[in-house]
Amino acid sequence: MVIGNTRHTISITVANEAGELSRIVGLFSARGYVVETISVGKTLEPKWSRATIVTRGDERTIEQIVKQCGRLARVREVKAVTSEPHIEREMALIDVSVTAGAERQDVMSLVDIFRAKVVDISHERMILELSGTRDKVDTFIEMLKPLKVNDVTRSGCVAINRLSPFDRSEEPNKSSEE
Amino acid sequence: MTEVAQARAAVTPLAAPLSSAAPRGAEIIVRGLIRNGVDTIFGLPGGAVLHIYDELWRFRDEITHYLVRHEQGAVHAAEGYARATGKVGVALVTSGPGATNAVTGIATAYMDSIPLVVITGQVPTSTIGTDAFQEVDTFGMTLPIVKHSYLVKDVRMLDSVIDEAFRIAISGKPGPVVIDIPKDVTAAVCDWTKAVGGDEPSANSHQFVDHDRIGTVIEKLLAAERPVLYVGGGIVTADAADDLTHLVDILNVPVTPTLMGLGGFPSAHPACLGMLGMHGTYTANTAISECDLLLAIGVRFDDRVTGKIATFAPNAEIIHIDIDPSNIGKNKQPHFSVVADARTALRAIIECLSEKGEGVIAASIERREDWRRKIEGWKAAAPMNCEHSNDEIKPQALIEALHRVTGGDAIIVTDVGQHQMWAAQFYPFKYSRQWITSGGLGTMGFGLPAAIGAQLARPEAQVIAVVGDGGFQMTNQEIITAIQYGIPLKVVIMNNGYLGMVRQWQEMFYDRAYSEVDLSISPDFVKLAEAYGALGLRATRPADLEGVLREGLAHPGVTIFDIVVSKEENVFPIIPPGQDSLRMILK
Ligand SMILES: Cc1ncc(C[n+]2csc(CCOP(=O)(O)OP(=O)(O)O)c2C)c(N)n1
Ligand SMILES: [Mg+2]
Repeated sequence: MVIGNTRHTISITVANEAGELSRIVGLFSARGYVVETISVGKTLEPKWSRATIVTRGDERTIEQIVKQCGRLARVREVKAVTSEPHIEREMALIDVSVTAGAERQDVMSLVDIFRAKVVDISHERMILELSGTRDKVDTFIEMLKPLKVNDVTRSGCVAINRLSPFDRSEEPNKSSEE
Repeated sequence: MTEVAQARAAVTPLAAPLSSAAPRGAEIIVRGLIRNGVDTIFGLPGGAVLHIYDELWRFRDEITHYLVRHEQGAVHAAEGYARATGKVGVALVTSGPGATNAVTGIATAYMDSIPLVVITGQVPTSTIGTDAFQEVDTFGMTLPIVKHSYLVKDVRMLDSVIDEAFRIAISGKPGPVVIDIPKDVTAAVCDWTKAVGGDEPSANSHQFVDHDRIGTVIEKLLAAERPVLYVGGGIVTADAADDLTHLVDILNVPVTPTLMGLGGFPSAHPACLGMLGMHGTYTANTAISECDLLLAIGVRFDDRVTGKIATFAPNAEIIHIDIDPSNIGKNKQPHFSVVADARTALRAIIECLSEKGEGVIAASIERREDWRRKIEGWKAAAPMNCEHSNDEIKPQALIEALHRVTGGDAIIVTDVGQHQMWAAQFYPFKYSRQWITSGGLGTMGFGLPAAIGAQLARPEAQVIAVVGDGGFQMTNQEIITAIQYGIPLKVVIMNNGYLGMVRQWQEMFYDRAYSEVDLSISPDFVKLAEAYGALGLRATRPADLEGVLREGLAHPGVTIFDIVVSKEENVFPIIPPGQDSLRMILK
């Protein structure tokens, strides 16, 4: 059992209807649960959306979050994704100032190492796209900081449980990379 | 648009379709209510709901609408109606201030899991979000205090929304559902062939129960030496009172009801320990701290019950049975739990017990002889006694007198404060839904309008509102509602000249600094009653009390009793908030 203020990712399948997302977010704030990131999109059936919320709390809090969300009339399924082997990804768009030449070469080698992408470029700036675990995104941004990072937009995490019940990463609560 | 202009706009196009082939939204709403068994609603009109009121006029033979004088009264009356019957209560209010006035009632129902459908008018769809006249975001404002809610923007959805709202309000753990309907949707004509919706997923309800887990509950119950049943509003909601009594008659285990569970188990039953919690009996609270098995059914380990949660039932294995999985482990982690409504669970327990054989049950009862003797000892050591005086009416004596003159059969509806606790302590309840009170939210002003609803729901019953001089003044405008409709409302004001419960806390925990609790400047309640056309009676001396109560209760119309009681009486026992029951103050 994990005790303390652990990060957890909750996946909530909810009807794709007006107001349903505010009901979930409202529940989190009313009951004092943390929302670290939230991302929402359609599922295979357009009637249903999936909200992925990264939160913090001990086992009991996470259990309460799952149960409380489960009470909502339009919620079909709530899962603490992180309680089983899972894959978690976040995407970031990063706007950096880079002049042509050595600086640009530095950035390009980072892009290469992190398997990021250049999605826009001008004489003085580049926009980079990266997806990966939260740690990977954090590290990438950290590595870029000596250059001038103008802005960062992060998607928040999305997560899905693994097909096989065996987690290939060492730590049970850590998502594995690629 | 001003209200007058809105009203005019609403009056013009009123050729209401008589055939339901192409009805307008308002007709769909009213027919939807009728289809769901509604014959009574409470409300107050305004611009945004004029079309609905127009249909109510047409359907007035099928639905009786009770015009309240403040929307809070409408929702509380609907709650009283729901609490007295278990049916869904319905209120109808206009947009903006109508909806904001209804909020206290909705929150009250939410906290006590009362099934309600509250229909609120909304500004026309095209003006939503423009700060239009009487616009308020009702959907957003009520989000945290509803079981579910709708903002219906398409007339074709109305039919299925209404049906679903009733379903959700009453299913599983009940609660209030708000349907916010823009004015243009109530005016729009619906093409039935294009009606949509109806396949929405709804909340899971737990009608089945895991028999293996019930088996475990029984093993633990039979093996326990010092068991206690801690039962709450879930017993009342599930109409499981008879099953509970049945189980206790088989097993002879002691029972303590919460404030919300009163009536769910007969107070006079020898196995009843009285209410537990902050103002619970010495016996109940002591039994909780000494029991080795706590079987909690339809309760939520509320802080007014548990006090310091860490030391609640410190020696017990806790089993929690509740319909709402989120209640399990929310405040106190049980050792074992079953998700089921109280009736399903109790019936399963009784059924499994019947397979056990009489020998096993007799042995279990035998083994608990010591426990029963201990409990009898506590009952004798600290009975719930009521002091009497010849000069002033003691508040507890008022409740006892009320019990006597009503033969113990009246439905007691209370407000919030000291009088509420005394009513809970000194009126022994016989049957489920005999006790109607605002437990979770503790809403002053609840009692009087809720009693109106309860009386309408149970016309044959004697319904009495017991209220404080403070709370009475929060909703006394509804006296005229009772007068208007010939509802024989009886209101007993326990007049102590104070916001008594607050004064008690100031006396006990704030060095008697009586900050803003003095109500000695109050209206003459007898004259007030008379101004409304009600009978007003006052008693100030113990010798007059019973006579006054009898006279007023015999009056066929509305009676307001101004019963002047001793001013600085305190509710005992009391466990100071957040403390454990060892800190109980008995006197
Ligand atoms: C709407 C509302 N406001 C304030 C309170 C806080 N409160 C709880 S009990 C109480 C005093 C009630 O006084 P009264 O109605 O005279 O009843 P008493 O306690 O004297 O019997 C107050 C102010 C409340 N419960 N509800
Ligand atoms: Mg008072």
